[in-house]
Amino acid sequence: MGSLEVERTTIGWAASDPSAVLSPYTYTLRNTGPDDVYIKVIYCGVCHTDLHQAKNDLGMSNYPMVPGHEVVGQVLEVGSEVTKFRVGDCVGVGIVVGSCQNCATCISEKEQYCNKKIWNYNDVYTDGKPTQGGFAREMIVNSKFAVKIPEGMAAEQVAPLLCAGVTVYSPLTHFGLARPGLRGGVLGLGGVGHMGVKIAKAMGHTVTVISSSNKKKEEALDHLGADEFLVSSDEEAMKAAADSLDYIIDTVPVFHPLEPYLSLLKLDGKLILMGVINTPLQFVTPMVMLGRKTITGSFIGSVKETEEMLEFCKDRGLTSQIEVIKMDYINKAFERLEKNDVRYRFVVDVAGSKFDE
Amino acid sequence: MGSIESERTTIGWAARDPSGILSPFPFNLRNTGPEDLYVKVLCCGICHSDLHQIKNDLGQSNYPMVPGHEVVGEVLEVGSDVTEFRAGDVVGVGLLVQCCRNCHPCKSDMEQYCNKKIWNYNDVYTDGKPTQGGFAGEVVVDKKFVVKIPEGMDAEQAAPLLCAGVTIYSPLNHFGLKNSGLRGGILGLGGVGHMGVKIAKAMGHHVTVISSSNKKREEALEHLGADGYLMSSDEEQMKAAADSLDYIIDTVPVFHPLEPYLSLLKLDGKLILLGVINTPLQFVSPMVMLGRKVITGSFIGSMKETKEMLDFCKEKGLTSQIEVIKMDYINTAFERLAKNDVRYRFVVDVAGSKLD
Repeated sequence: MGSLEVERTTIGWAASDPSAVLSPYTYTLRNTGPDDVYIKVIYCGVCHTDLHQAKNDLGMSNYPMVPGHEVVGQVLEVGSEVTKFRVGDCVGVGIVVGSCQNCATCISEKEQYCNKKIWNYNDVYTDGKPTQGGFAREMIVNSKFAVKIPEGMAAEQVAPLLCAGVTVYSPLTHFGLARPGLRGGVLGLGGVGHMGVKIAKAMGHTVTVISSSNKKKEEALDHLGADEFLVSSDEEAMKAAADSLDYIIDTVPVFHPLEPYLSLLKLDGKLILMGVINTPLQFVTPMVMLGRKTITGSFIGSVKETEEMLEFCKDRGLTSQIEVIKMDYINKAFERLEKNDVRYRFVVDVAGSKFDE
Repeated sequence: MGSIESERTTIGWAARDPSGILSPFPFNLRNTGPEDLYVKVLCCGICHSDLHQIKNDLGQSNYPMVPGHEVVGEVLEVGSDVTEFRAGDVVGVGLLVQCCRNCHPCKSDMEQYCNKKIWNYNDVYTDGKPTQGGFAGEVVVDKKFVVKIPEGMDAEQAAPLLCAGVTIYSPLNHFGLKNSGLRGGILGLGGVGHMGVKIAKAMGHHVTVISSSNKKREEALEHLGADGYLMSSDEEQMKAAADSLDYIIDTVPVFHPLEPYLSLLKLDGKLILLGVINTPLQFVSPMVMLGRKVITGSFIGSMKETKEMLDFCKEKGLTSQIEVIKMDYINTAFERLAKNDVRYRFVVDVAGSKLD
C-alpha cells in the first residue's frame, strides 16, 4: 500500500469538546489491510460509556471524538488474508479493535484485558491514527475483532448485545454463575441491567431487580420477566432479603453505597461492578470478611465470549429492548440517557440517517 | 447435671473497661456437658483482634472480658459422649466455640460463617452465660471446636496457628491458591503476615513482602524466607511490580489505600483482606473492572481447615515466630502490640504464670 494511495473518507458524528454535543465530521479511514474488513455501518447502540467519554468524565478524552461501540454493519471489502468473512456478511464490532496478541492474556483468549488493547474510538491505532467509532457511515476494523452475526438475528436488536449483552454474559460464565438455579440480583435497570435480567432468566436464575424507586417495578416484573423487585430504600424489604443472593450485577454508573448490596449476598456471594465510576466506592472490611464476599468487576468480554453470547441469545430467542433513532437525534438521546430516560438502549439507524456535513 | 452442682471457678485476666487494662478476675465455668471438654490452658497467643475487643474498637464489647483465642491446653476431663479426645491430650481452641449445626455453612464445613456462631469470648453461650477466653486457668469447650495438636508440635508454637495460621490457610485453600508456582504478596508483617510468608513459601509460592518502610526488609528476606521486598512508598519499584501478583494477603489492621495494591495484581488477581477495619476502604470501579480483580475477605477457617492446616504445618516443619511472656506482662504486651513491636506473636505461658 504505497503512500500515493488516497485514503478513504467517511463522515461520523463527533464531539469536539466536553459539552459532548455531536455534529458531522469528515475524516479518513485507513485502506483495507490484509487482516482488515471495511464495513458499512447499519446500526450502532448508544452506551452510557459513550456519554462519559464524550464529556471527558474520565479525564482522557481527545477530540474530535466519534463515539459508538455497539456496531452492526455489512462487509464491503475484506483484506487479502481474511477468511473469516466475505463481502455482504453482517458483522458486529465492539469496544476493542486491537490487542498485542502476544501476552498471556491475549493468548488465553482474554484479549479484552490486554494491557495494550486499542479502543475503537478515543485511542490511537497501530498506524498512529486516532480511532473513531460507530456513529459513522463506515468503519475499518481488524477482522479478529469483528464477529459474525448469526443468521436470522435482527441487526438493530443485536447492536446492544455487542457491549451490554457480553458485559453481562462474560462475568456470569467466568465466575461460574452460568448454571441454573442461582439467585441473582440486577442493580440498575438501564441498557446493561435489562440485558442482565434477560440473560440471567435465560440461564435459569431467579432474578431480583434492585432499584432505588418503585418506578420500574411493573416493567421489571411484567415486561422483562424479573421474579422480584426490591426497593433499596425499603429497610424492611432489604432486611428480609439479606443473605439471599448468589450474585449481584451492579450496573449503576454513579457513586452509590455498596453495603446495602453486600448485605443481600449469601456466603461467597459476588458483587460484580460494571459501572465506570471515577468517584471512589467504599466498604468496611468486616462486610467482606464475615461472609467471604467478593467485590469484583468485569469489562465487556472476549471476541470468543461475544460469539458464544450471540449464539446463546439466538438460541433462547433473546432480544434487547431498544428505541431506534436517527443520527440527528443523538444529542437529544444523550440528554435523555443522562436522565436514564430510555427503555433500554438507544440504537442509531446509521444506514437510514443523513450524514452530510 | 442438676442445679445443685456447683460450677467450677477459674481465674482469668479480664479487661473491665475500654482502657483495656487486664487484671485477675475469678469467674465460673459450666460443668462438663456430654460433648464438652474441660481443658487446662497451657498457653495462649495474643491477636490484634484481642486488642480491638478489649478497647471496644468495634463498639460491641461487654465487660469484664477475658480475651485470648489461640488456646493450647491439656484435656482434664471429657464429657460422656466424647470419644475423639482423652484426658491428657494436647488440644487447641480458636475463636469459635459453637454454631447452629443446621444452616448451609454449618452443613458444608464452613461453620465459621454461620450466622449464629458463638465467639469464645465477649459472646453469650447457649446456656445464657457470657463466654470467656483463653487468658485463664481453664476453659470448657464443645468437642467440635477442639483440635488435637499433632504429636511432636510444640504447644507454644501451635498457639498462633489456631488463628493466624488458619486465617492464612483458609483463603489460600478456598480461592484455589494452594498450587506451587504462584506469586503472592503479603502486606503487613505482624502475626498473620509472618504466617502468611511461611505458609505461602511452604506451598511453593514466590513471596513478596510489601511494607510501608524498609525496616523489616532484612527480617523478611533473611529470617522469614520471603523472595522479594517491596516498599509501597517507592513509586519506581511499585510500577515495576505492576501486574505481577496472583494474590495479596492484606493484613493491615488500619485504614489504608487499596489502589497501589490492586495495581500489583495480575488479571483475575485477588486482594484478600484480613484486617478488621471499621473505617471504610475505597477504590474506583475501573481498578477492579479493567483487570477483573477481586477484593474479598476471609474469616479464620473451619475446624476441618484448622486440622488440615496443623497437619500441613507439621509436615512442612513450619513454626511461628513468637515471644513467650508471663501473664503479668500482658498489659505491656498489648501496648507493644499496638505499636507493632513484636516479632511476631506474643504467646502467654499461662500454665507457668501466677494468675491471682
